[in-house]
Amino acid sequence: MYEFDCAKDMLGLCEKYELPISALMYRRELEGTEAGEEEIDGKMSRALEIMKHAAHSPIIQPKKSMNGLLGGEAQKLDALYQTGKAPCGDLVSRGITYAMAVLEVNASMGLIVAAPTAGSAGIVPGTLLALQEIYGLSDDALLSGLYNAGAIGYLAMRNATVAGAVGGCQAEVGVASAMAASAMTELMGGTPRMCAAAASTVLQNMLGLVCDPVGGFVEYPCQNRNAAGVANAMVASELALAGIPQLIPLDEMMDAMYKVGKRIPPELRETALGGCATTPSACASCQGGCAGN
Amino acid sequence: MSFISVFEVLGPNMIGPSSSHTAGAAAIAFLAQKMLAETVEEVDFILYGSFAKTYHGHGTDRALLGGIMGFNTEDERIRDSFELADAKGLTYSFSVDEEEKEVHPNTVDIRMTGTSGRKMTVRGESIGGGKVQITRMNSVKIHFTGEYSAVIVTHQDRPGVASHITKCLSDREVNIAYMRLFREDKGKTAYTIVESDGALPSEVAAEIQKNPYVSEVVVVEP
Repeated sequence: MYEFDCAKDMLGLCEKYELPISALMYRRELEGTEAGEEEIDGKMSRALEIMKHAAHSPIIQPKKSMNGLLGGEAQKLDALYQTGKAPCGDLVSRGITYAMAVLEVNASMGLIVAAPTAGSAGIVPGTLLALQEIYGLSDDALLSGLYNAGAIGYLAMRNATVAGAVGGCQAEVGVASAMAASAMTELMGGTPRMCAAAASTVLQNMLGLVCDPVGGFVEYPCQNRNAAGVANAMVASELALAGIPQLIPLDEMMDAMYKVGKRIPPELRETALGGCATTPSACASCQGGCAGN
Repeated sequence: MSFISVFEVLGPNMIGPSSSHTAGAAAIAFLAQKMLAETVEEVDFILYGSFAKTYHGHGTDRALLGGIMGFNTEDERIRDSFELADAKGLTYSFSVDEEEKEVHPNTVDIRMTGTSGRKMTVRGESIGGGKVQITRMNSVKIHFTGEYSAVIVTHQDRPGVASHITKCLSDREVNIAYMRLFREDKGKTAYTIVESDGALPSEVAAEIQKNPYVSEVVVVEP
């Protein structure tokens, strides 16, 4: 009754039942699993709690990553914000701070929620927690945002890929950013169609992004790209909320992203054999620890 | 296509940095110690493929060791598992096998000895997004994911054992989701793995054990 396998059907069901994407996704979850409301609500609240902790803890206590490439970025961003001179403005500044914080936690063996992957885990919480802080949203609103984001991520997992080794960074950071854009659009009062348009916009804007982690580790440039993913999500959401329609529907962009991903050469799909990973400075930082170089 | 839950998109909750190299590794070792069904006293990990190349930087070693001590993928003690293993007196070693190419890229063999002296070797593969499968138990190829309640029966490959197992389960109204028998050679040691919907009744292991050809029964709950 609530199951859908593409964005077109998802939007059709939203209109049929007069539900936002988040509520449709929630009902789909209840329908498709044996778990009841209490169990599902508990799991999603736990996810939000982990996200909040990961987004905030490195600001107070920075942590050096396993391979030493990260540590302290969130605290630096927070310090700039506190001066009142962060040039991107409050929403973007808080979003990128939290996104980078989550990646710092991830890279130092802390607890995170893959969203949809560990390497892209900062974007959805970064975007939602910034919205909460700047616009005073409730935790319940954020939980709805997670279901909305989950719907877009589900479509990517079902019809394309969220694995960097299969589709490059566009499949990880790109999809996470599309998820965040859609969730933000709903939370800011947009319609389901606007949500899908925002997600489509992100996939266009991040199309072709390669996965080229230095040393093969989920650290650098992954953390920078999580910040970029937040900014991309916010830009796309603003376009959608302004009522700008998108020529290319979300389903077609998922398909395009998947096809582009498969044509990205293996050297640029999580193997650390090209891109950022093989720049002279990256290789020097690796001290012979590179996977395969 | 099977149902994809929202918690597969927003999840797993995990200790970073990598779902395949960290969370998956912890999940494999966690399953392995459940299959041994006693506290592990000594363990050797043999790493293959990408695990062999990048295990240290992804914390694969800490995750494996944590899993063996019974830490699940979201247990923050994983980061300190070397120190905790040393404090417990757990003996461990890590070695890499980069010659073997005929394995999944993220594969580990885990050789365990328990407190009673019981030994078991399992092979696990981390297949992406934190999902794992156990593909070998001692020298026998098996398939086991730990996603369902399961009973693992070690027995001689003789007629009647499988029907005995199913009778024990059906008498207790257990709905079998999957049942598979794995064996090396006809008539020798075999493993039957039954996965069920919902938790297994506590007395089921003792009932299955009553068959003379059954040597061991282990219940593994997810």
